[in-house]
This record gives sequence, C-alpha cells and structure tokens, in this order.
Amino acid sequence: MQISPLKQTLPSAETPLVTVEDLRVRFRSRDFNVPVVNGVSFSLGKGEVLCLLGESGSGKSVTMRALMRLFPSTAVVSGKINVDGHDILGLSRSKLRAIRGAVVSMIFQEPMTSLDPVFTIGSQIAESVMFHEGASRRQAELRALELLELVQVPSAKRRLIAYPHELSGGLRQRAMIALALACRPKLLLADEPTTALDATVQIQILLLLRELQHELGMATIFVTHDLGVACEVADRVAVMYAGRFVEQGSITQVMDNPSHPYTQGLLRSTVHEGVRGVRLETIPGSPPDLAELPAGCSFAPRCGFVRPDCTMAVPHDATVGQGHSARCVLVG
Amino acid sequence: MNATTGNTEADRKAGLEQPILAAENLKKYFPLGGSFFRSQTAYVKGVDDVSFDVRKGETLGIVGESGCGKSTTARVLIRLLTPDSGVVRINGKVVGAPDGISVRDMRRRVQMVFQDSYASLNPRLTIEDSVTFGLRANGVPKKAALEKAHEILGLVGLEPDLFAQRYSHEISGGQRQRVNIARALALSPEVVILDEAVSALDKSVEAQVLNLLQDLKQSLDLTYVFISHDLNVVQYVSDRVMVMYLGKSIEIGPVEDIYARPLHPYTRGLLASRLPMDPRRRVQSAPVTGDPPNPVNPPSGCRFRTRCAWAEHVCAQREPQLTEARGAHRVACHAHIPGSGHSGPAKWEGVDAD
Repeated sequence: MQISPLKQTLPSAETPLVTVEDLRVRFRSRDFNVPVVNGVSFSLGKGEVLCLLGESGSGKSVTMRALMRLFPSTAVVSGKINVDGHDILGLSRSKLRAIRGAVVSMIFQEPMTSLDPVFTIGSQIAESVMFHEGASRRQAELRALELLELVQVPSAKRRLIAYPHELSGGLRQRAMIALALACRPKLLLADEPTTALDATVQIQILLLLRELQHELGMATIFVTHDLGVACEVADRVAVMYAGRFVEQGSITQVMDNPSHPYTQGLLRSTVHEGVRGVRLETIPGSPPDLAELPAGCSFAPRCGFVRPDCTMAVPHDATVGQGHSARCVLVG
Repeated sequence: MNATTGNTEADRKAGLEQPILAAENLKKYFPLGGSFFRSQTAYVKGVDDVSFDVRKGETLGIVGESGCGKSTTARVLIRLLTPDSGVVRINGKVVGAPDGISVRDMRRRVQMVFQDSYASLNPRLTIEDSVTFGLRANGVPKKAALEKAHEILGLVGLEPDLFAQRYSHEISGGQRQRVNIARALALSPEVVILDEAVSALDKSVEAQVLNLLQDLKQSLDLTYVFISHDLNVVQYVSDRVMVMYLGKSIEIGPVEDIYARPLHPYTRGLLASRLPMDPRRRVQSAPVTGDPPNPVNPPSGCRFRTRCAWAEHVCAQREPQLTEARGAHRVACHAHIPGSGHSGPAKWEGVDAD
C-alpha cells in the first residue's frame, strides 16, 4: 500500500476550513461553576494562521482545545464547531480518535510531558502513521525519518532511535512538531510552543513553524501571551479577555491601530527597548475572577475609559475597519 | 535612574565604594551518577569560576539561557548551595569564615525572591504568618513582627485588612509575588536577589511588579541582583549586566554598553534573538544556530565555540578570560583580546565596531 505524500497542494481558500459559532464552555462540578469561554465565533481559511493572544485565564487554550474536543470531564460545552466538514462536538468517540492527529493535530508547550518517555522518537512517530494511514512499520519508519529531516533535526537517522530524555529542549520540540505533522493535518494547533524555550532556540522554532506552515499549507491556530511571537507568525490575531474575543483583525491592523482599551494597555505595558528610565504604564488591577464576572464588559473595572453603558450589556463586536473589529462601546 | 548610574560610575572611579556584595572565583560542580562500583568522574559545572561585584544601590542584571548557571549563582550567593570553592563577601567580610560574617547574619542582609510564587509560600500559613515568619525566627516579639508585616504589606500594595488573613491559594499570581517581595523585605535586607521574579507573571501584571520593585528600591535604598532570561526586562531594570553561558561569565558591563555595543558573539546573538514586535519586520534567519551544548562535557577552550561564527583554532585551545575591553566593559572572547592569536571580530550589522 502506498501512503500519501507528505506535502499537499494548496487547495482554494474559498470555503473556510474551520468555523466556530457561539462556542461556550463552562467548567462545572459540585464545588464550582465557572464560565471559561463565553461566546466565541470565528472562521479560519485554509493555510491561514490565527493567533489567540491573551493572558492566563483568558480562555485562549480552552478555545483552541475545543477544536479537538480536548476537554476535562467537568466541561459543559455548547455551540458549533466545524473543521473540514466534521462536526467536532457531535462526533462519536471513535470518529474523534480518527480525526485527532489526522485532520487536527496539536503541539504543546512542554515536549517532555507530551512525548512518551519509554518509546523512541521514531517509534512514536511511526505509531501515529500506522494507526491513521494503515501503513506498514517499515513505511511508517521511513516517514518518521522524512519527518525528522523536515523539521531539521541534525543527524536524523541517529535521533530516530533516541529516547525523549536524550534530546535537548530544542530538538525535543522539533521531534514533537514532527509527531504532530506525521499525518499531514489540515489544522495545526500550537499551544505556546516556544514559551519554555530559550531566546536563541525560540527564534529557530518560530522560523521552522513558519516555514513548515508555508510548505505544507496547513492552517494554524497559535496560542500565545507574547506579542512578539504573534508578530512573527500570525496572519490574524484575536485578543482574548475573560473568555471573549475583545478584538480581532490582521496582525498589522491590531499592532498599528489597537482599538480595544485592553489591547492598547497590553501594548503599552509590554517592556521593550527604549522604555529604560521611563515608568511603565500598567493596566491597573488584576485579571478578572471568572466565577464572578462583572455584568457588561468584563474589562470595565480595569478600564480607563469606562462609561455607564459599559456595565449595562456586553458590547457588540463593532467594526473598526475591513476585517478588524473590537468589542468596545468606544468603537463605531 | 541614569543619574544614579552616573554617580556610581564617578564614585567608583574615585575609589570611594566598597562593593556591598562580591563573588570571587565561585565554583559549584554537581557530581553525576557515581555508584559503589564506579567512582565519581563526571560533573555538571553549574558555576565555573565566576567573579563579580555588586555595588550599593545598583541593580546587577544576570542574563543567560537555561542551564547557564544564573540561578545556581543566586543560590550560592545566598548559601542555599555551598560553593565548592570561592568566597562571597558582604561589605568586605567573607561569608561563613570565622573572622567574617555568619550565614545567618548574611541572610538577614541578603534576601531572595523566587520565580514560582506559589511554590515558595507555605500553603498552610496565612500571608501575615508568611511575612512574620522570618522576623519571629530572628527573635522579634510577636506584636512588633505583626506591625512590621502590616507595614510592609502596605508598601507592596496589599491592603493588610484585606489580605493579611488570606492563604496563598486565595490570591492571584501577581498578588502572591507581592507577598514574596514583602516576605523578603521583612528583615530590612540591603540586597535582594530576584531570580526570575517577574517571569511567570502576565504582561499587564509584570509591568506593575516592575514598577513596584523600582519604587521599593528607591524608598528602601535597596541593591538588586536581578536574574532573568528576558532581555528586555533586564535592560529596563539593570545598571550593569552580566551575561552567562554554560557556567561562565562571558561579558559584563554597563547596561547601555552591553545593549548598544555587545562584544561577545553570544551576547550579540542573544540580543539579536529578541523578537522585534513588528509584523513588517519579521526575523528572517536565526542569529545563533543549535542548542546550548550539554553542560556535562562542555567544549574545550571557549564554551561557545561550537555555535560561534568566529571560532578559530585558538578558541578550542585556550579558554578566554574576562578581559577589559572598554572601560568597565569586560569580555571573555579571544577575538577581542589583543595578542590572543585570533584574527579579530567579524563585522556585525547593527553595531559599529568603534
């Protein structure tokens, strides 16, 4: 049996690959009932890179994991998610298993916890190819080697038979990327994949992801809290706060003309070159307690431009420009 | 802050200042896998012959990637780890020596704040108890300790009436780090070691804590050793910067010098690895390739030579020593040491080789 080639031709970008409509997730148990994602809708074209930007607790990771239905058992989910024609929230468990890794794949922040310590890199990659594509072990191992070369692991042949602990942090992250790409997913989910890496290695992995994304033509959702990372990889960004998209647009639109006060605050409070000796501008207060979200705009208690109508209702998504919108009463 | 830098500079030239904290030839090796049958042979050279001093009122930033020894250096400074050789001096007195200063006294003057704000607080103590703990252990009566704790909680921006009775899991990450800062300040130390103290915080909270640290430094006349992997943050807070690579100090100097005219090829690569925060000006190629090598068997000679674009024969032969390059700016690179046998530094865009 012939397994399909690794690289796919770029399909036309007419129908979106991903559509998410009014996604709501809450974590509920006897002791807590916390809304984590509060109505997120977006679509993503084939080969497009969307960055979910937000701080801890903003719901960015949960939103991304929803595309693979990767939830803890306490999650209560509603809304619609369609990825490449599959109704993700309605799939049976066995169908879901077939889609994870083959259509949607994910890379994590900490490669050591997502690679199995008792199997070699090569056999972990081969297992995935054998499961999804019914390839023989021999074919799968050849694919594994091809993948390690694709992610630019030096002396790939030797690394196939290495265990995860034998690799350095950067190589481990490359191995995990190879594993995620093993079955040519159409959608790659990346959860802060460079946050744990050193600066000199982070830039290498970002460049690699950008290159692979171009070469393989896959759509990518990239979760990060780092504006610098978003600037390197994103086509579009969605800024998340308390489980909502508070601003979305192309990366240049959002960086040039941040329109939500939270995005503005985030840009101003980021330490960068040239702020030395100047007192940093901060966003006052701390991120909201999700269990007790204020009525109306969740950012209102920390916002410098707050008006009485901010606390009346959640502001609607107002258009700033072509493809650029923000949930703020000051816009539009 | 620039004015402060100017002062220390001038004072030092006049020979007026004695470093408040000085490390001399610190070494800390971690033995690896010796067993009954196999004698101890391999070591991770966590900190390998590192010397520097910190002057009163300044902030010394220590940067480097994971495994470069910056946290080990901090732990040796405060004696959470005993150095294998070398000494630490506080105001000229050797820590732990019979005629010097005891470890206990040193810890009253030098305190530390850790990265993980949650792990570094005892979950079974209230915030008030955490902050008074050190005071009580040093014999301060309960009432006075409580008073002091409340005063300091106020200083770090935590209203004592609201926070004193809470437990560490009941407050946010930024607030927890404020508690850690309060605890470190309870004994009125002169030096505070901040080991990645803002790294785990969200950006909006990080800015608040950085501002707080600057305020406290001013009002309490503190000296900081600020350890971080975040080059922008180090640039923001530091007066002088030391760059470490695989257990070695490879470059040290005033912050403006290091950031505007870095000399060591590693420092240059590290600084060039900062993301420009501009989607129109994306990084096109990685400034440094590869990963840091295994610290168990570091390369011979210069430890950076395996990733260095300037590496020459001499780099594998001899280890470069920190050498004065430009005033207070010192670098350990053969290319910058006249007469080392190296043909000299290559041109590097973005920096004039003046």
